Amino acid sequence: MSTQSSTAAGASGRRVVVTGLGVTAPGGIGTEHYWKALLTGENGISELSRFDASRYPSRLAGQIDDFEASDHLPGRLLPQTDVSTRYALVAADWALADAGVGPDAGFEDYDLGVVTSTAQGGFDFTHREFHKLWSQGPEYVSVYESFAWFYAVNTGQISIRNTMRGPSAALVGEQAGGLDAIGHACRTVRRGTRLVLTGGVDSALDPWGYASQLAGGLVSTVADPERAYLPFDAEASGHVPGEGGAVLIVEDADSARERGVERIYGEIAGYAATFDPAPGSGRPPALGRAAELALAQAGLTPADVSVVFADGAGAPDLDRAEAEAIGRLFGPHGVPVTAPKALTGRLCAGGGPTDLVAALLALRDQVIPATGRTARVPDAYRLDLVTGQPREAALSTALVLARGRHGFNSAIVLTTHRP
Amino acid sequence: MARLTLDALRTILVACAGEDDGVDLSGDILDTTFEDLGYDSLALMESAARIEREFGIALDDDDVNEALTPRLLLDLVNGSEVRAA
Repeated sequence: MSTQSSTAAGASGRRVVVTGLGVTAPGGIGTEHYWKALLTGENGISELSRFDASRYPSRLAGQIDDFEASDHLPGRLLPQTDVSTRYALVAADWALADAGVGPDAGFEDYDLGVVTSTAQGGFDFTHREFHKLWSQGPEYVSVYESFAWFYAVNTGQISIRNTMRGPSAALVGEQAGGLDAIGHACRTVRRGTRLVLTGGVDSALDPWGYASQLAGGLVSTVADPERAYLPFDAEASGHVPGEGGAVLIVEDADSARERGVERIYGEIAGYAATFDPAPGSGRPPALGRAAELALAQAGLTPADVSVVFADGAGAPDLDRAEAEAIGRLFGPHGVPVTAPKALTGRLCAGGGPTDLVAALLALRDQVIPATGRTARVPDAYRLDLVTGQPREAALSTALVLARGRHGFNSAIVLTTHRP
Repeated sequence: MARLTLDALRTILVACAGEDDGVDLSGDILDTTFEDLGYDSLALMESAARIEREFGIALDDDDVNEALTPRLLLDLVNGSEVRAA
């Protein structure tokens, strides 16, 4: 092990641990359903069923199809929430319950912060209100449109529902934003807030939201749900958009111990974000630098890392760039790498947080989930990619990577918690 | 013009803003404040917009804000003149 001189605890001496998880993802809502789906290779990607996509060039999505909002949320919240906010609120409820946080847990309102990320906002809600605007007139548009679309709405709604009045924020960084939110939550804890609820969700599978995602040009046009999203595969053809995400409870380790928390999933030992140089500058992308900085903050070196959860864009040039970044840090075939999001699609702001949950459960169960249906990795990538079946391994430290469109890079280092 | 009844108001409130699980809207709620019924100012704005459309009237936002109970809101609506088409 390397020196601990510049660890994530930093000057405050505070260590940040994860004490609660909540997941709403394609293939499994609820943390253990999600984890089981990853380990059994259940594919959450299927033909879109939300609307008739027959005239779209792509017709696949990672959809949550076993979620009835009224089973989980009070009636007052339904007319004012987009589907993405409903996922966020329910995942938040589950994460808080998992961490044993409730009215009797001994917290003051201001001890509890909320930091979330969503990159797409309330597309489905807004699509319906826009339809009313153009077909019936402005007086038909819901007053709740004023915030239901908004990037900060999940932070706000979770804060109101659970009376969490501590330092709160919303971060947007496309697919990297979910890790940025978690990183900022850790910073908030180190600055003295006892507990922060954090994570990210997205959903944009209505006709307008889906068209917007296709307009980005990175969505696969392969029609077979088993072949459309193959990160690091020789036949990688783009990605499939998915919906959902994850919420985590992060706490000051001492505070968690004092309140008698029995289960700690792991410690967030390092976080860093970088931004890519402008196209044409000739300088390399900065994903690897984000990983180096996160490891440095954790006081660890690449040799300490037991598994990498990759961004796994599923586009050949992006896959190659990520493989090169990993190779530079760890050497050829130097560390097991996986991208279990191949089974859910890319969840945008929800992607990083669900990967973080998967990484924590991998540390818990000492097993690495496989990269969906990816089977043939180009030799030139020199990656030790976990494919086909989950791989049992001795795991103590995980590196989670995420990239957002147009240059966002984020990395988080997780370790098994040792009090 | 048609009058807005308490029953119709209940229907509009639930359709526009949902229903608080801890509140019984079916009882005698004429003089219960909207706040106690679980409806905030946005819920009332949304409901007022629906009433305006259905009854062809214009309601002043300040007047709606001052109608703190169903009785006051019914009086406001039923005392309003229908807009010229």
